[in-house]
Amino acid sequence: MSAIDLAVRDSTTMLRRNLLHARRYPSLTLNLLLTPVMLLLLFVFVLGDTMSAGIHGGVPDRSVYLAYIVPGLLLMTIGSTVIGTAVSVATDMNEGIIARFRTMAIHRPSVLIGHVAGSVLQSVASVVLVGAVAVAVGFRSVGAGALDWLAAFGLVALVALAFTWIAVGMGLVSPNAEAAGNTAMPLILLPLLSSAFTPVHSMPGWFQPFAQYQPFTPAIETLRGLLLGGRIGDNGWLAVGWCLGLTLLGYAWSTSAFNRDGR
Amino acid sequence: MNPPTNGIAIAARELRKSYGDQTVLDGVDLTVPSGTVFALLGPNGAGKTTAVKILSTLVAPDPGSGQVVVGGHDLATDPQAARAAIGVTGQFSAVDGLITGTENMLLMADLHHLPKAEGRRTAARLLERFDLTEAAGRPASTYSGGMKRRLDIAMTLVGSPRVIFLDEPTTGLDPRSRHDMWQIVRELVADGVTVFLTTQYLEEADELADRIAVLNGGRIVAEGTAEELKRLVPGGHVRLRFTDPVGYRVAADALDGAAGDEEALTLQVPADGSQRRLREVLDRLDAAGVEAHELTVHTPDLDDVFFALTGGAPQAAPTRSNAATQPEEALT
Repeated sequence: MSAIDLAVRDSTTMLRRNLLHARRYPSLTLNLLLTPVMLLLLFVFVLGDTMSAGIHGGVPDRSVYLAYIVPGLLLMTIGSTVIGTAVSVATDMNEGIIARFRTMAIHRPSVLIGHVAGSVLQSVASVVLVGAVAVAVGFRSVGAGALDWLAAFGLVALVALAFTWIAVGMGLVSPNAEAAGNTAMPLILLPLLSSAFTPVHSMPGWFQPFAQYQPFTPAIETLRGLLLGGRIGDNGWLAVGWCLGLTLLGYAWSTSAFNRDGR
Repeated sequence: MNPPTNGIAIAARELRKSYGDQTVLDGVDLTVPSGTVFALLGPNGAGKTTAVKILSTLVAPDPGSGQVVVGGHDLATDPQAARAAIGVTGQFSAVDGLITGTENMLLMADLHHLPKAEGRRTAARLLERFDLTEAAGRPASTYSGGMKRRLDIAMTLVGSPRVIFLDEPTTGLDPRSRHDMWQIVRELVADGVTVFLTTQYLEEADELADRIAVLNGGRIVAEGTAEELKRLVPGGHVRLRFTDPVGYRVAADALDGAAGDEEALTLQVPADGSQRRLREVLDRLDAAGVEAHELTVHTPDLDDVFFALTGGAPQAAPTRSNAATQPEEALT
């Protein structure tokens, strides 16, 4: 069996294991979905009038604000789901079965790849679920063609891949599940400091550079452009660049943490 | 199944491992012939688990260590080939608690790249063999300690390893599960598998092992068969207790070489535990016309060896350094 065959086969086996976990114990994933859904309902139905007046020239219109925040919330869903990834990786690493895997003649990174592939699938499914809630409360895309949808899906998958690798690294360096949950917390807070809820130009000047160039804002602006037909500009490249960079960083960090000597 | 070269399953020279300034293994040599059971015996913290971790490729030995060959493969140059030859059951169960017994077994079958149908057959056969068929559909986290350990071994066997490491396989098990586990080890050896086990139970090493090495403070302080180790400590004796001082004195005269305790009215007569020696003692007592109130036969067991070698007794400290070199000469 060639090295590639071995890698694919073992990674598929590990992916099956992780999906089995997710299917058997869906509560963690579903709990993490609550945050973006609650925020969606809160911002649209409770705070919607005030928020929309701010971005709509003083005229309250909830549907305008709904359209504005959905792209951000969809990507925030990824930030939320990968917290679950960090927690389940940290939990898994304390299980004896990981030591067993390390003593077997398998493709070593497949343990991590299984986690990553499973988590990306879960993230995408979560985004679809939150998207469905958004559609149910009135969100509609504007002028998005098949290619735009395809690109939107690709972007969601890419963002999920990038943040999943980072979360896997966080899970690996955390001694236990609680610590992993805390370490990964910024991943759901970061979208709050982006253009998800308010435009960057409405923020204090000193804060704008951070909000403008942190990884979530270009991704959110790109998704907004794809789903609602706005201008994407440099945000597309910035988003892809961030994702590839974070993926490489997370991959290198995770594999080196995983290959370090056991206790 | 390629048999390891020279009939040696495990050969390690000068194993060293330190964590920070704490030395865990301080130059350990191990040789285990194929198809035998080797027990690494030692108190908690002696370095047993670290030795298993190194031999099973989980951690690397320190740079000062010599060559480690497992299943004919040098761990430094070809760990992956060694991994293909071994199976490991650690001290803490290496099962996936979130999935069922069957799913755990099929996971192993997939990772060993068995064809689907063969994987299912192997899983079912091993679950049956280890009496887990009934529980196979339940998550492993609901299993008792003994069941988890059996599932653990069953998973280890999916890949038909030639060398199996069992790190404290019966720690925390009830007596019945412990005997089950012993039976399992005997069956493995009957199949020609090499078993390397660690234990802190002397009885266990005595029951199972062809050779025993006593590890203490990161060094092998004695090595040999159970019989050889027992010969390292003073021999057995028959202990006689009397109720009256007259009988005690008559018996003491009749049995030369007996060590007496006048206060307690007890005599200790050297005896190797054989029937002949016992009869001889009894015949002498009969001839002298005395009868002991109570008679006990004491044979040296590994406990005596263990305490003598690992410094359990207060006076053992100075003899420890002797023990480190002496058995080597005496036993090999």
